[in-house]
Amino acid sequence: MKREIWKGSEAIAEAAIRAGCRGFFGYPITPQNEIPEYMSLKMPQAGGVFVQAESEVAAINMVYGAAATGVRAMTSSSSPGVSLKQEGISYMAGAKLPAVIVNVMRGGPGLGSIQPSQADYFQATRGGGNGDYRTPVLAPANLQEAVDLVQEAFDIADQYRTPVIVLADGLIGQMMEPIVWHDVKKRQLPPKTWASSGRKGREHNNFINSLLIDAHDCENHNIELLNTYHEIEKNEVRFEEVRTEDAEVLITAYGTPARIAITVAENLRAKGIKAGVFRPITLWPFPSKRLREIAEQESVKVILDVEMSTGQMLDDVNLAVAERKPVRFYGRYGGVIPSVSELEAAAEKALGEVK
Amino acid sequence: MKTIYTKSKGLQDTELHYCPGCSHGIVHKLVAETIEEMDAIDTTIGVCPVGCSVFAGNYFACDMIEASHGRAPAVATAVKRTHPDVPVFTYQGDGDLASIGAAEIVHAAMRGEKFTTIFINNAIYGMTGGQMAPTTLIGQTATTAPLGRTVQQAGMPMRVAEMLSTLDGLVYAERVCVVDIPHLMKAKKAIKKAFERQMKGDGFTFIEVLSACPTNWGMDIHEANKWLMDHMAAYYPLGVIKDTEVK
Repeated sequence: MKREIWKGSEAIAEAAIRAGCRGFFGYPITPQNEIPEYMSLKMPQAGGVFVQAESEVAAINMVYGAAATGVRAMTSSSSPGVSLKQEGISYMAGAKLPAVIVNVMRGGPGLGSIQPSQADYFQATRGGGNGDYRTPVLAPANLQEAVDLVQEAFDIADQYRTPVIVLADGLIGQMMEPIVWHDVKKRQLPPKTWASSGRKGREHNNFINSLLIDAHDCENHNIELLNTYHEIEKNEVRFEEVRTEDAEVLITAYGTPARIAITVAENLRAKGIKAGVFRPITLWPFPSKRLREIAEQESVKVILDVEMSTGQMLDDVNLAVAERKPVRFYGRYGGVIPSVSELEAAAEKALGEVK
Repeated sequence: MKTIYTKSKGLQDTELHYCPGCSHGIVHKLVAETIEEMDAIDTTIGVCPVGCSVFAGNYFACDMIEASHGRAPAVATAVKRTHPDVPVFTYQGDGDLASIGAAEIVHAAMRGEKFTTIFINNAIYGMTGGQMAPTTLIGQTATTAPLGRTVQQAGMPMRVAEMLSTLDGLVYAERVCVVDIPHLMKAKKAIKKAFERQMKGDGFTFIEVLSACPTNWGMDIHEANKWLMDHMAAYYPLGVIKDTEVK
């Protein structure tokens, strides 16, 4: 199959159109402007709708509107803009609306920087808005995976009636890489009989809504959502393992730092240190079970969590490892990318401390 | 027996929760009749706000979507753009539209979105219990303006229909009320015209309804309707605010 060189943000946009997204609503923010720019030209050509909204708040509510009628819809933004979308994501979770939200993360807090970061892990995986809800979070580590996961994100959204977050660091958005456009395995998806797209002969009206004024109704609604989240936890966990079978030092990382970590593991192996990498692809649901199994391997002496944040996925790593083995952390913050050599040194230091 | 009046088929057969003397019920009826007369119950998609009419999806017979506070015009923008051939409306109160949703309504009007907004202006926050709105009149008391609204503290009230009418995307704006049958008939005509112009694809259409809130105004129904005509209509003039021909 033909390999094509694409820029990350544009590839993500094209993947969404190929996945049947027919409503894109965005607002400019660096470093993801190529997504709305690409959509402004290509979405109308695909017969879809593009609107540059007046704000991120409006954009996510446009997604809410399109999704409420059953249209596959998406918005993209970067960290400060995604903060503004949290209300809308909570409402979509409450109203059980499928949609895809792409966050090309930059440094924070506040305006932060425009360089790649992973500091929105908590916001994405803990439910950044109000109420008891979760959103599936997919974290690509290369452009091929990014385009494949965008297709998957729409299917997961439709299957479980939930907003899905594609959490990419700024490097994924800005880098160019070869990709192959291939069909991702299509799921059997339920018909959208719930959509408010006009009654067209239906006996009753549909009412897309997240308000359940009676507390017992609201509790039942929460139970229903919880059951869906348990289904997602059962069916949708994804991760990648590199040389974990005999690893002494196990590096946990997602997104771009995981690629750096794989190079580090190779370098360490060349030096005779058995290193492996565990890369969560779904950040929620987090692959806790498998990570715990690896931690229980006799070979594993130490786990080094690496992130472009001050240690957010670290919480999930610690919950999974549950003190079976020592966990160390190495992070760069605010938009700084860790180098291979500093990670290598961090891994050797971690191993040295426990040996 | 001859039937001389029936509830519009544009409404579900449910009991409304609105207070006695509140204008919402009448305005619901006028919108529902319009949809029924256009033979569009089966196609129309409505968007309701946060506020007293938050349950409007349980009342209107067409498909409905509940928006977050103030965002109904953004929701309706996407609904209409993805379904350009069907009637779309938002139904919003003054806290929802003129305060928290000010940006969304302005930009929907600017873009000339081809839906109709029904704006219920009762000069107060009803659902939350009578707080000051951007439309609260000078001197009018509210639970967050217990001594009455002052210019110094809160500025002059917002005339939303006039403000939006400065935008070219808005083609038709009229301010109406439903205090008596003649005014109600005018309101019905205005709502119908707005829906018809929407379906012609002319642009954004906006009907502001001066509405009574006897509960939060602390008045009986007759006092409330009189106060509305004497005070609200004096500051918010009734009639066509803008009616632009589109060729």
